[in-house]
Amino acid sequence: MSEEGEPEIVIAVHGLSNSFGEQIIHEGLDLEVKRGEILGVVGGSGTGKSVLMRSIIGLQIPDEGEVEVFGVPVLHAREAELQAVRKRWGILFQGAALFSTLTVAENVQVPLREFYPRLSERLLDEIAAYKIVMVGLDPDAGPKYPAELSGGMRKRAGIARALALDPELLFLDEPTAGLDPIGAAAFDELVVELRDQLGLTVFLITHDLDTLWTICDRVAVLSDRKVVAVGTIPELLALDHEWIQEYFRGPRGRAAEEAVEAEEAREAAAAEGEAER
Amino acid sequence: MSLPMSNVARFSESVEEGRRVLRFHGDLVLPRLGVLPTRLERLKGKGFVLDVAEVGRMDTIGAWLVHRTAKERGGEIVGAKNGVAVLLRQVAKADQPVKVRPDPPPALTRVLDEIGSATILASQTMLGLLAFFGAMLISLGQVFRQPRRFRINAIVQRFEVVGVHAFGIIGLMSFLVGIVIAQQGATQLRQFGAEVYTINLIGRSSVKELGVLMTAIMVAGRSGSSFAAQLGSMKLAEEVAAMRTIGVSPMEALVLPRVFATVSMMPLLAFYAAIVSIIGGGMFCWIGLGIPPITFVQRTRDIIPMTDLWQLLVKAPMFGFIIAITGCFQGMQVEADAEEVGLRTTTAVVQGIFLVIVLDAFFAVFFTSVGWL
Repeated sequence: MSEEGEPEIVIAVHGLSNSFGEQIIHEGLDLEVKRGEILGVVGGSGTGKSVLMRSIIGLQIPDEGEVEVFGVPVLHAREAELQAVRKRWGILFQGAALFSTLTVAENVQVPLREFYPRLSERLLDEIAAYKIVMVGLDPDAGPKYPAELSGGMRKRAGIARALALDPELLFLDEPTAGLDPIGAAAFDELVVELRDQLGLTVFLITHDLDTLWTICDRVAVLSDRKVVAVGTIPELLALDHEWIQEYFRGPRGRAAEEAVEAEEAREAAAAEGEAER
Repeated sequence: MSLPMSNVARFSESVEEGRRVLRFHGDLVLPRLGVLPTRLERLKGKGFVLDVAEVGRMDTIGAWLVHRTAKERGGEIVGAKNGVAVLLRQVAKADQPVKVRPDPPPALTRVLDEIGSATILASQTMLGLLAFFGAMLISLGQVFRQPRRFRINAIVQRFEVVGVHAFGIIGLMSFLVGIVIAQQGATQLRQFGAEVYTINLIGRSSVKELGVLMTAIMVAGRSGSSFAAQLGSMKLAEEVAAMRTIGVSPMEALVLPRVFATVSMMPLLAFYAAIVSIIGGGMFCWIGLGIPPITFVQRTRDIIPMTDLWQLLVKAPMFGFIIAITGCFQGMQVEADAEEVGLRTTTAVVQGIFLVIVLDAFFAVFFTSVGWL
């Protein structure tokens, strides 16, 4: 991602306010996501991480504020403009949100059929097939229905559908929640690989400290109804914010940090060994 | 979005050093593929050189098309730059035999299979319903032995939902049904100059049959379905399992109050429906046929025997019982997913109404033979 000058802003949120009845979720929230980065979004339960995502993708009409995706103001855009934006993003919902009456392969084909009705059946099947393998599903998962899949497999099928159009922007809502550590690590790896190959921008809501440490370029912290800080984790740690300190410096946070440090040390040692030789 | 022509994916064919070369240009990305897939599929011959050096952007679908052509036509890919090479490697790695569609079973076996499964399902449902009935009786017995466990609050709450909230809709429905019977009956009876017998028709059919039957159908639609949906979603959310582990019997806490409330509300609702239906019919007689209300009331009192009311009061709780138990039973059968809740709810209503009508037919024969004409 070595582009000249300032990287392009893919998502820009300005002055976003959301409330449900008396309960105010966001108040004057600002956030920018740059092209090609993996942005982690963290925050305590009920701080409105999912609501923020829903506001960006147009499922939640905010009380106030502006949301731009690919430079299109999604709140005021015409339907045709919105369709053009929808072609360029993929979304993985928390519960995967697969269509339960369709098989996994058919689920993957839904966005392709919707946006590119002229693709041949044969190509559709082939695309579904390689996407299924790419996200690490069993080759025989294609004809299965979502009810026949485990939670982790459903998430993978969901990401296969989100990736069907080779989007430029990927929204992931707690992708590793409910996965075993091995599955979660594989998922992290998958996201990084996809980002590196396709130049994806990833908007990632997560509570998984390992995910945050290993794959996120920057982390946005939601607290007190707004984004209180955005930056790399070391930058965040330098801040004097109680919640951030507790979040990353708690026992779980430290364990994840140590794991990353150990990994880096190993890599550095290996690199040194090569250099000596 | 306007696409500059130079970016549209395309390829040119040429012969260089005795080999056929396909040179790809433009962006090999999904929005710009255009007719490229069709053109590639129509290519004839084998042994191409696929030159991707001049490709602009590429996504996995573009990479797949190049990879597939190379694989099927025995081609060789040249000129892949870094990013493109990675993508091609990636799709090559993902190129595994994947089953996309379920294999359809042969038609004959499928028909037999469906008949068989439907039969098994029907008998399982009947057995299950019977077992559920038994389990309910057992827990009813336990509650009677320990009356402290009688959940009075839950029952009263159900009274409100099943009974009080149904008053409006059942009243309106019965009123209209009364008018319709009166109007239809009057048209037919007028031919014999026996218009006054419309009162008999309204009074007896409302009390004996229509009041209770229409109420049962309405309660099945309102409460039977909601029981199935409530219990079904509680089972999905593992609330029922949680209850068991805490030591609360779901039978006692969920099913009994609903059954008890429906059984006790049904006679009241059915009686109310019959009265409102008679009032509706009376209104029609007054306005449409010119029979004054006083005559209507007197005649109604004369022609409706007490046994008609007994019939209503015997049938109504039985119907309520059937509706409540099918609703609760179907709800407790939910295992898999939210879709099943919908299916089970439908089944609960259909089964409830069906069983009510079957039972009503039995009652009609029975009451006739015991002389309650």
